Amino acid sequence: MSTICAISTPNAVGGISVIRISGVDAVKIAEKIFIPFSKKPVSQMSGHTCAYGKVVFDGRTIDDALLTVFLAPKSYTGENVAEISCHGGIFVTKEVLRACIASGAEPAEPGEFTKRAFLNGKLSLTQAEAVMDVISAGGKQALNSANLAHEGLLFKKIKNTADDLVNILAELAAWVDYPEEDLPAVKDESLTSSLKTAISQLNKILCDYDNGLIFREGIDTAIVGRANVGKSSLMNMLLGFDRSIVTDIAGTTRDVIEESARLGEIILKLSDTAGIRQTDDIVESMGVDLAMKKLKNARLIITVFDCSEELTSEDKKLLEEIKDKQCIIILNKSDLKQKIHAEDFSIYKKPVISLSAREQKGKENLENAIISLFKLDNLNSDTTVFTNERQKNCVEKAKNCLEIALNALSIGETLDAVTVTVSKACDFLLELTGEKATEAVVDQVFHNFCVGK
Amino acid sequence: MFIENYDIIVVGAGHAGCEAALASARLGAKTALFTLTLDALANMPCNPSIGGTAKGHLVREIDALGGEMGKAADATFIQSRILNRGRGPAVHSLRVQADRTRYHEYMKKAVECCENLDLRQGEIIKILSENGKVTGVQTKIGSMFSARAVIICSGTYLKGKVFVGESSYESGPDAVCPANLLSDSLKELGISLRRFKTGTPARVHRRSINFDKLQKQDGDEDIVPFSFDNHSKLENKISCYIAYTNEKTHEIIKNNIKRSAMYGGQIEGIGPRYCPSIEDKIMRFSDKPRHQLFIEPMGLNTDEYYLQGMSTSLPEDVQIEFLRTIEGLENVEIMRNAYAIEYDCCDPTELLPTLEFKQIQGLFGAGQFNGTSGYEEAAAQGLIAGINAYRKISGKDGLILDRASSYIGTLIDDLVTKGCMDPYRMLTSRSEYRLLLRQDNADQRLTPIGYEVGLISKERYERLLEKVSQIKTEIKRLWNVNISPKEANEYLEKCGTEPLQTGAKLAQIIRRPQCSYEDTDFLDEKRPALSKDVREQVDLSIKYEGYIKIQLEQVEQMRKLERKALPGDLDYSNIRGLRLEAIEKLNKIKPLSVGQASRISGVNPADVSVLLVWLEQNRREINKNKNHP
Repeated sequence: MSTICAISTPNAVGGISVIRISGVDAVKIAEKIFIPFSKKPVSQMSGHTCAYGKVVFDGRTIDDALLTVFLAPKSYTGENVAEISCHGGIFVTKEVLRACIASGAEPAEPGEFTKRAFLNGKLSLTQAEAVMDVISAGGKQALNSANLAHEGLLFKKIKNTADDLVNILAELAAWVDYPEEDLPAVKDESLTSSLKTAISQLNKILCDYDNGLIFREGIDTAIVGRANVGKSSLMNMLLGFDRSIVTDIAGTTRDVIEESARLGEIILKLSDTAGIRQTDDIVESMGVDLAMKKLKNARLIITVFDCSEELTSEDKKLLEEIKDKQCIIILNKSDLKQKIHAEDFSIYKKPVISLSAREQKGKENLENAIISLFKLDNLNSDTTVFTNERQKNCVEKAKNCLEIALNALSIGETLDAVTVTVSKACDFLLELTGEKATEAVVDQVFHNFCVGK
Repeated sequence: MFIENYDIIVVGAGHAGCEAALASARLGAKTALFTLTLDALANMPCNPSIGGTAKGHLVREIDALGGEMGKAADATFIQSRILNRGRGPAVHSLRVQADRTRYHEYMKKAVECCENLDLRQGEIIKILSENGKVTGVQTKIGSMFSARAVIICSGTYLKGKVFVGESSYESGPDAVCPANLLSDSLKELGISLRRFKTGTPARVHRRSINFDKLQKQDGDEDIVPFSFDNHSKLENKISCYIAYTNEKTHEIIKNNIKRSAMYGGQIEGIGPRYCPSIEDKIMRFSDKPRHQLFIEPMGLNTDEYYLQGMSTSLPEDVQIEFLRTIEGLENVEIMRNAYAIEYDCCDPTELLPTLEFKQIQGLFGAGQFNGTSGYEEAAAQGLIAGINAYRKISGKDGLILDRASSYIGTLIDDLVTKGCMDPYRMLTSRSEYRLLLRQDNADQRLTPIGYEVGLISKERYERLLEKVSQIKTEIKRLWNVNISPKEANEYLEKCGTEPLQTGAKLAQIIRRPQCSYEDTDFLDEKRPALSKDVREQVDLSIKYEGYIKIQLEQVEQMRKLERKALPGDLDYSNIRGLRLEAIEKLNKIKPLSVGQASRISGVNPADVSVLLVWLEQNRREINKNKNHP
């Protein structure tokens, strides 16, 4: 059986989220993405033990987390299980889940952990019916959301690409199954270009998916800057009410304050952080550490500067920190006499917005900057959204198969080998639209081609 | 009361019936093969050809399992070709033009010589049964024969009706009488029948064809036999020819379309999509300026020629008129006119994967009766039905070939799980495992099964084991032969592929699409002398290793569910958590495994999970009852 994974805590913002991985390779997959601070390899952890460490994927730290390992058969499912407990944000949790999927786990079907627990003898016979209810309810829900998606743009896009693939396959099939008919030969060049088109369509869908997530779940945003530049005023302005305490005293904000704000169509999951500066105050310095961590993990950084003062060395250090991040530079206090200007930041190639948090001016400019930064202008909130990671995984696998097919074609493999990989890709897509490739192709052959005795 | 007592009776001696009867008799069952006339045994009422894409695969699989069709084709072919050369080994397909009369004679002799097998002329009009179990058959003249299993292979004879233009009459193919009475008996047993339709083109006289104006098509020089057992030298005896229709032809057909039996609405049967009549081709693909036809001899001792591609139900005068517009056929004389034929067949979803009917024990179906089309599809089912009828009466488990084992398994699974809405033809695109199911490795896939079943001799099985071991040893050796850039680069550049930077294994070079085992002989001093078969397998195994590995992983996934057996008498409405649609479909098909259940349209992954949980629950309850009786 394959190794599966899912978020096993409710899909909402909570204190802690748990991502559960179950199956033969659970520990192996956990090892790929989890680095324990103790340096003791995950593969050597014994059952029912925990390790504290960080989840790293693609060289990027996603979150600090706790890993608990259970070894078969002593686990909920009776298989090897690894559970990653991370901080509760939806974005972070999904990132961890994606890291698991990218490392070889399959997204779990509805009720699959429970099903496996039952099949492995972990649940009693009396629970069997409850298990079937769970699976069937989950299945119905998935079906409902799939039906909903049928109306949507995503379904149409996937269907379009799947139809293109069915046409390619039908052409190949007709050519192969009816060699004696005078059908035009399938040309490598046209096949290559069809495959390339399909791959780029799928890439577009996947890219839109990320943007769809932004619409549904918001952008994890950190407001950072040196002390007393007006971060908390900005937070309050975006929220529309006073959430953070605002004073003239540097170091007022010491903890990370989190709140969601709506900016036009976009939801920002804002974190107001302590002003970054050297300090001897223990509490404040912990706040600064948290701010730095937030800065590393957030998807969007709003960096605030006081435009009535010259750039300090702390400002410049901060600019170094954010240079590889999605970032918007705010020149706050535009109501005062400006000593620094947008041009001073041109080398950083980041959008620069002047605003006055105190006078509540410049909110629209910020919204527009975010829209163009995340390329959200062609989207609206109800399109191109995958119901779940499973659907996304299907599209990703389809894309991978097409890339293999393209490669096979380019190194001169025969078309039978190319065909099976294209047809596998097609199966992954049709899994989402509820058809089977083989039948679709056979139907298409007879529809498109005049073949037979 | 019974004239004779048999173990197994086969009704119909076409391609399905002959294989069924030979298999059951060879396995040791006392068998009778009934036919309307001994003179039409193993007749080819349509194209006198065996094999072709996917069909050629079926014939090789039949041979690998111990069937007769491959041997008969090898013995009586007059031209042989491998189709799809250059399109990849998975789709290479062997096709021969057979001598129709000699094929019939060969198969009749094979049946006559077979021990335990009685060949009898007679029309079966009734299947006798008691308590839902087959007991025998009755002929038209009132004779009764007992049997423990009966296999229906009625082909296109069951209530056969021929259509030519406005005229129609009851008949089997080639003017043999139809079997008009059996249908009612089958219906009484609870079997649903429906009408399918097929057609055949005209046969024309050789002297009326102007061959100079036609494109000639010759057979392969180096002939590959169908049978893995055949090592003799084979030769082509004739040429085939290609001609084309033109606008004039199309115009005549269009002008007379209302006179076509199919377009006039006389025919209720559903015709095959894969094999449209010429009027269908012209009406549906009106933008095509010409259609191709093949002109093929019917045998060595006849002047009849077959016009492949010209099947029609237009009246005879129109047939003559449009054929004479074709270059080379200006003076053509028709000997037998083209016609459409309609017949009764069953709904194959009423069959188990063993080809036994669910509603009546001991009754099997095979061939066109099951909704397929084609001699090869028929023979494949006949073989399996014969084996399974024998296993049934011997108290053995049925032989079910899964989709990853063969095209035969794919064909039967498609039929019994999905059913068919029009006559089913095998196509390579129907198999998801086609890189594994090549015609060149049918023996490796199926001969061990044929041996276990009892149709393959020990000698033949041992020859296969020896071949497999030679292949493995040679592949292993090639992964240990080191090649330096200096040795290989001149050759690699000549092939148009990247030169080596560092040393490589010879297998890595052979794996390149541009290179081959045969070509790399010069790099390989210690290469052993191996047969052509073995050399071919070595080359293909190395070349497709990556793809084969991926397909094998898929197979393993599939087989896990295939091994989860479901009881045949299960009432799915009692299983909690299944959706209504799934319950209906599952109760209709009664799948034998969760794997089969998962392929039924309307059964979704959640339903499959529910079935798995139900199975486990059931298993534990049985265990509990065992422990606490």
